[in-house]
Amino acid sequence: MSESDIGLWAVPIAMLGGAIRVSTPFIFVSLGECITERSGRINLGLEGTLVFGAMSGYAIAYETSSAWLGVLGAAFFGALFGLFHGWICKLPKVNDIAIGIALMLLGMGLAFFFGKPYIQPVAPDLPALSFGFWSDVPQVQAALQVNVLFILGLVLAVAIAWMFKSTKIGLTIRVVGDSSDAARALGISANKVRLFSTAAGGALAGVGGAYLSLYYPGSWNEGISSGQGLMAVALVIFARWNPINCIWAALLFGAAGALGPALQSVGVSSGYYLFYAAPYVLTLLLLIATSSTTRALNGAPGELSISK
Amino acid sequence: MKKQPAIGVETLHMTMRFGNFTALDDVSINITPGSFHALLGENGAGKSTLVKCMMGFYQPTEGQMMVQGHEVSIPDPKAAHAHGLGMVYQHFTLVPSLTAAENLVIAREDAPHRIDWKKERKALDAFMATMPFNVPLDQPVNRLAAGEKQKLELLKQLYLGRHFLILDEPTSVLTPDEATELLGMVRDLTQSGALTCLMITHKFREVTAFADEVSILRRGKHVGGGKVSDLTTDEMAALMIGDKSFARKADRSGVRGDCVLSVQNAVAPDRSGLKSIQIDDLKVAAGEVVGIAGISGNGQMELLETLTGQRPLQSGTVTVKSEPFHATRSEARNQKVRYVPEEPLHNANAPKMSVLNNLMFRNFDNKADGFGLWLNKRKMASRAADLVDAFNVKMASLESPIASLSGGNVQRATLARELSDEVDLLIISNPCFGLDFSAVADIRARIMAARNSGAAVLLISEDLDEILELSDRVLVMSEGRISYETPIETADIGVIGGHMAGHA
Repeated sequence: MSESDIGLWAVPIAMLGGAIRVSTPFIFVSLGECITERSGRINLGLEGTLVFGAMSGYAIAYETSSAWLGVLGAAFFGALFGLFHGWICKLPKVNDIAIGIALMLLGMGLAFFFGKPYIQPVAPDLPALSFGFWSDVPQVQAALQVNVLFILGLVLAVAIAWMFKSTKIGLTIRVVGDSSDAARALGISANKVRLFSTAAGGALAGVGGAYLSLYYPGSWNEGISSGQGLMAVALVIFARWNPINCIWAALLFGAAGALGPALQSVGVSSGYYLFYAAPYVLTLLLLIATSSTTRALNGAPGELSISK
Repeated sequence: MKKQPAIGVETLHMTMRFGNFTALDDVSINITPGSFHALLGENGAGKSTLVKCMMGFYQPTEGQMMVQGHEVSIPDPKAAHAHGLGMVYQHFTLVPSLTAAENLVIAREDAPHRIDWKKERKALDAFMATMPFNVPLDQPVNRLAAGEKQKLELLKQLYLGRHFLILDEPTSVLTPDEATELLGMVRDLTQSGALTCLMITHKFREVTAFADEVSILRRGKHVGGGKVSDLTTDEMAALMIGDKSFARKADRSGVRGDCVLSVQNAVAPDRSGLKSIQIDDLKVAAGEVVGIAGISGNGQMELLETLTGQRPLQSGTVTVKSEPFHATRSEARNQKVRYVPEEPLHNANAPKMSVLNNLMFRNFDNKADGFGLWLNKRKMASRAADLVDAFNVKMASLESPIASLSGGNVQRATLARELSDEVDLLIISNPCFGLDFSAVADIRARIMAARNSGAAVLLISEDLDEILELSDRVLVMSEGRISYETPIETADIGVIGGHMAGHA
């Protein structure tokens, strides 16, 4: 028995690695969406922001030879998209969901347009830390190659949870998200808070996109996103608008997403495409299992256009 | 509480026009520092407009505001707060998903950027210790009952150290004891010179028992007022209502019939999902009003929801005229069960749809009633017009959205719909919450009329006066159970109050 032959253990290990690798963009986009939705807006345009972030991050990293500058650039452009969304939505009689869909298509279109020249060149990758040094098994070592952004995402989730609970900014966002009337009574400008919350959400989605093009899969092409931006919106609902839960939800999603490739690697090839649908099936099942007709949807911001 | 002197506020010739409509007409009121001033008036008399002008929500068309004898401009509520003016609104302004503690802290102008919860909790606990009642600080506000929310609203203003407080019908959700306690505390604060209070109210008892001075508005005009000790209740009522006749309370007539509603051993989870309500035996017979008294949040809402099919029973049965009842549309129609839940604008109507459509919700598709597959607009309109006339609903047109009606007229319209056909069981909750004097009399007369014509009426209300006025039997609900029952003849307020408070 060779060292790399670990039989069926390969499946959970690959899923662990997959969870960490695949979940990172989910973490960033869902944390961003979490901030935006807590302020009472839904930004469905994050899919477009993510793709544009992937493109701009890759392009900037290539031009400057610095992956981190790429990440910053992606965050900057993401924030611009967020500001744009927030600015349009404060106009009267504008629906945030419709604007989100328009911006999603706009973001993707712009990314494909500006991104054409960057499909060939190779940009520097983001660094990863090896937490698998204690093991001789290459699969374990591969699984525990953890990107710095993943760790940053974990820290960010804790920071955002703390912000919502113990800072004035966090409470202000929750006030605005829960009741415009109450916000007005407190003298808070709801539009301004939502504008910046949407901008912050966009910036985080941009970082999520940069992760895609700069680390995993690690190149820029037009099919780089498989709907992470949209799935993150569902993730936030599933996580009940709680940043810490967003992490667990993203990890679960990542692990379920890695199920297909992991099974394939140990030779299970039938029903291959079905396993790729695992995250979506899982989401549906969990949402049904945790729903209730008699209890209110805990944590849903009252001003959200879907809960009104 | 800071012991700063109370603030005096004066309005001078305040006029507010909305287009052609004059909501406020040259109103000058002087509220002296440290006084407890009552503002009386019917719905639509301009009380809300006046206080909204004072708080900076509206800019008056003409007129000035004086604070402490100096003319001030109040462009927005923030400016009003800066002058020490605060308001407890009729509609709650608390943030539902934040806890009580979070609501209090974020409301402060000087809320710190980083909130040290340990320190804040200590300060809050110290503050709460000086208050005559308590509110659970760690519960999200949406888990609190209406009464607790009202208390928290008041606590918030006091916590913010406001020295001129406008209370918009502060006691409408409180029990008599709580109301007395609350207003007594406010009066103590005014007498000690820490606070000036302007209270909007409909209840004469509160005016005579607590207020020093009173101003009365009618149709936007200041029609009178002065020291409460110089005025009788009749004089105040005459000023407030003008020359108008009331619907008289219908006398009791008819005989008690067979049992219509029967709830046996019903168990259902409550809102929090942590506790449950349990109704062992509740019967309502034809031709009687059974009133369920209780402090809000003791399971009345859940009881209503089980009866309206919004909350599934874990066990037990609900029967209407010996047939099982699950509150489906066809069952409600066949067994002639009708509902008027509390806050009917949101719980019984589609606010943005027209009065006409809202009035016809029960009938528009009823074949037995002569309606068919297609909407018969003409027939609907003539029906709705009849109902509007019969129930005296005031509105601009049948096509206006029902949300544009005043509270009393929404309630009249809802009753018109629910009582339009023969009714065997009427389930009704807090029908007069927030309504003015003449609307209250009108609505109660309608309920009595339904009873006298043989309907079984289950009345759930937090207003004990209402229960005592209308009921044939009084039940008290406490902690999810019916803890006391008495016929109206032997009802004693002290005993009922004790059971409401949960200690008897």
